[in-house]
Amino acid sequence: MNNEMHLQFPAKSINESFARLVIIGFIAPLDPNAQELNEIKTIVSEGVTNAIIHGYEDNEDGIIDVKAVLVGRRLRVTIQDFGKGIENIELAKQPLYTTKQEEERSGLGFMIMESFSDQFEVHSEVGVGTIVSFEKEFLPLDSSAQ
Amino acid sequence: MSITVSLYVENHVLYVNLNGELDHHTSDQLRSRLNTVMGESQIKHIVFNLKHLDFMDSSGIGIILGRYNQLKSMNGTVMVIGMKPLVSKVFELSGLSKIIKVIEDDSQLESAIRGIA
Repeated sequence: MNNEMHLQFPAKSINESFARLVIIGFIAPLDPNAQELNEIKTIVSEGVTNAIIHGYEDNEDGIIDVKAVLVGRRLRVTIQDFGKGIENIELAKQPLYTTKQEEERSGLGFMIMESFSDQFEVHSEVGVGTIVSFEKEFLPLDSSAQ
Repeated sequence: MSITVSLYVENHVLYVNLNGELDHHTSDQLRSRLNTVMGESQIKHIVFNLKHLDFMDSSGIGIILGRYNQLKSMNGTVMVIGMKPLVSKVFELSGLSKIIKVIEDDSQLESAIRGIA
């Protein structure tokens, strides 16, 4: 099945759960298993949270743009913000690295996104914004694997 | 999805029951509730009951780790009980299980509490 969707919403933290619900709805026809659903929800949640906290630094006027494309059982998602951008992506990807220690950020967002997806990329330009994209192939429906 | 938080304190142990989803949005709500209680009562240990928690991302890890850091200076501990497998996956990935005691169910809670009291 091929399909696509495009979603835009302001950078309010209440929209983190909204974005999770939308992506779950989008992939529902594939009948994903519980683990796949949870992994997709988690990646999207981390991506949107990053855009809110780091991209826009809690400025709720910022716009977050989520696009998803489904080709067969392969999902590709991009989460884009037009915020401040990341100076050093390799550093930002380091587990436990965070610029927001005082806000109790764990610094694990990118690591979790990377481990839950088949392919994961971050593109960023300071002053322009950040795009994170990931791909995930869903198990065939007849697979008995959990 | 939102979160329902219920708290009670017994013998300097703060029991935190979470129902729903713990993300950046709901962890801000939870943090302010916890800070209020920890300001009012003398808390030495915290037990997070995650039996009814359906979702947690790295914001949840941040809040548990934050309480651990708060309590460790006074030799306090943080425990987590009843994690669902999907929640436990993020927990394991984070490495938090190295410093936070994980309890399977209520039957082990009593002895764990006795161990720290």
